Amino acid sequence: MSLTAKDKKMVKAFWAKVAGKAEDIGCDALSRMLVVYPQTKTYFSHWKDLSPGSAPVRKHGGTIMGGISLAVASIDDISAGLLSLSELHAFQLRVDPANFKILSHNILVVLAVLFPKDFNPEAHVAMDKFLAAVGRALSEKYR
Amino acid sequence: MVQWTDFERKTIQSIFEKMDYDDVGPAALSRCLVVYPWTQRYFGNFGNLYNAAAIQGNPMVAAHGKTVLRGLDRAVKNMDDIKATYAELSVLHSEKLRVDPDNFRLLADCLTIVVAARMGADFTADVQGAFQKFLAVVVSSLGRQYH
Repeated sequence: MSLTAKDKKMVKAFWAKVAGKAEDIGCDALSRMLVVYPQTKTYFSHWKDLSPGSAPVRKHGGTIMGGISLAVASIDDISAGLLSLSELHAFQLRVDPANFKILSHNILVVLAVLFPKDFNPEAHVAMDKFLAAVGRALSEKYR
Repeated sequence: MVQWTDFERKTIQSIFEKMDYDDVGPAALSRCLVVYPWTQRYFGNFGNLYNAAAIQGNPMVAAHGKTVLRGLDRAVKNMDDIKATYAELSVLHSEKLRVDPDNFRLLADCLTIVVAARMGADFTADVQGAFQKFLAVVVSSLGRQYH
């Protein structure tokens, strides 16, 4: 299920529309994940405040969106573009890759909430495929 | 038996009370057929599913979307025994329709996205949690009678 030329075009166009709200998207997606999938909180025991919209959540949501932006810019070779992030996740963070799917789902929910008209089925399938590709790239160095 | 908090019960009833089934059903099913195209395998006799526009304009998809949502209503009205409520439908999907039960999860995800889009900011994290828990119980119940 690799990204077709049509998918890449759609992702770039859709990202251009939503990038202005990237920090809000990241913050909301992360907040939702921590509430709806409480097992994900285990990765953030070092934060003082895990509540939706808290300062560490907002900051980290922004960091994550920075990674997504980088992936959009590297869409023709996401693995190469995300190489150092992949090493980070594999050797230091060691986030179970199942969680990439969980976070991706929450990003899609936030896109639906914030952009109900633009996030039509065609944008949805392109973004779903793209986020899956990002997850795969991030897991690449795991073993 | 599934334990529901008062918040979860109220949230589920409220979402479905306010929902336009005839809008959400077709939107969720057509989105599922676009986002997960392999689900089209069950709709060979629905005519033109060639691209997103065709799927979204297809009257048989729309009609079936409404059927599915109305089926979901039964769980909304019987939250304390969804398993029993869906026993027959589970047998139907397994023995007659032969639907891979993983598809129920895919449709549930699309329904979540559609409801999120309709509700906007009202679809808070807590509401999302309640809604996804409800759908997870529905999905599990529909898969229960497979053997």
